[in-house]
Amino acid sequence: MSDAENLAIYDKCNNPNGHGHNYRVEVTVGGVVDTQSGMVMDLVTMDKRVRNLLDALDHRHLDREIAYFADKPSTAENIVVFLWHELAARFEGQLQHLKLYETRKNVFEYAGQ
Amino acid sequence: MVFATRRFDFSASHRYWRDDWSAEENERIFGKCTSPYGHGHNYALEVTITGTLDERTGMVMNMTELKAIVNEVLSEFDHRHLNEDTPYFKKLVPTTENIVRVLWRLIAAQLPAEARLVRLKLNEMDDLWAEYDGSDEATFTRSYVFRQHIACIRPR
Repeated sequence: MSDAENLAIYDKCNNPNGHGHNYRVEVTVGGVVDTQSGMVMDLVTMDKRVRNLLDALDHRHLDREIAYFADKPSTAENIVVFLWHELAARFEGQLQHLKLYETRKNVFEYAGQ
Repeated sequence: MVFATRRFDFSASHRYWRDDWSAEENERIFGKCTSPYGHGHNYALEVTITGTLDERTGMVMNMTELKAIVNEVLSEFDHRHLNEDTPYFKKLVPTTENIVRVLWRLIAAQLPAEARLVRLKLNEMDDLWAEYDGSDEATFTRSYVFRQHIACIRPR
């Protein structure tokens, strides 16, 4: 797209210096509740898997530092799909739903379909 | 189909521990929740019911009646130590998933014939909850925060 088209579509998000968000992602895993631990997934493992991914992203410039966004705009829609692919690989079939809050007013959900 | 949800708050303490596991195994799976004196939470329970709308009342069931039923169930849990003061977690670890399934059983048994329990959502904290719909499975959700710098430029 030309500079003019980029500006027309992305408006204030097209600031050449980028902009930041505090994203919040709700990660839902599902499955049978383990009879021993009483858990669908133990929280220590879950936290480790999610933080392992998010810490790699935290405070990065997505477009310039994360390969997945080299040829895709870092819209929240693309980010939630990206997170799905990354987390699905870590959760071995137990990932069920992602809900990404870009701001309190902008919310995006994806369940791998 | 109309779904009606009411939220309830209660506070309780619990401890995650299995006597048949070593201390190391308990620590590895349950982390901080193994603390010997237990710890407390302000739980929030969302109860969702459905059923045929009564044409005369315009209700599935009177929410006042739902409130009374659920509060009666929760009176056994509120300001109690779940492991010590209730009969439900002598052999069952009082995880959010297990608590929500026990509550399902107790609440479903008390509902009038016209109402069907659809979903329970139990928040242990604002960023941590379990949901149950009466099936063989449950879900568990945690909310995580991360900060990101983005540009939103469609590459040429």
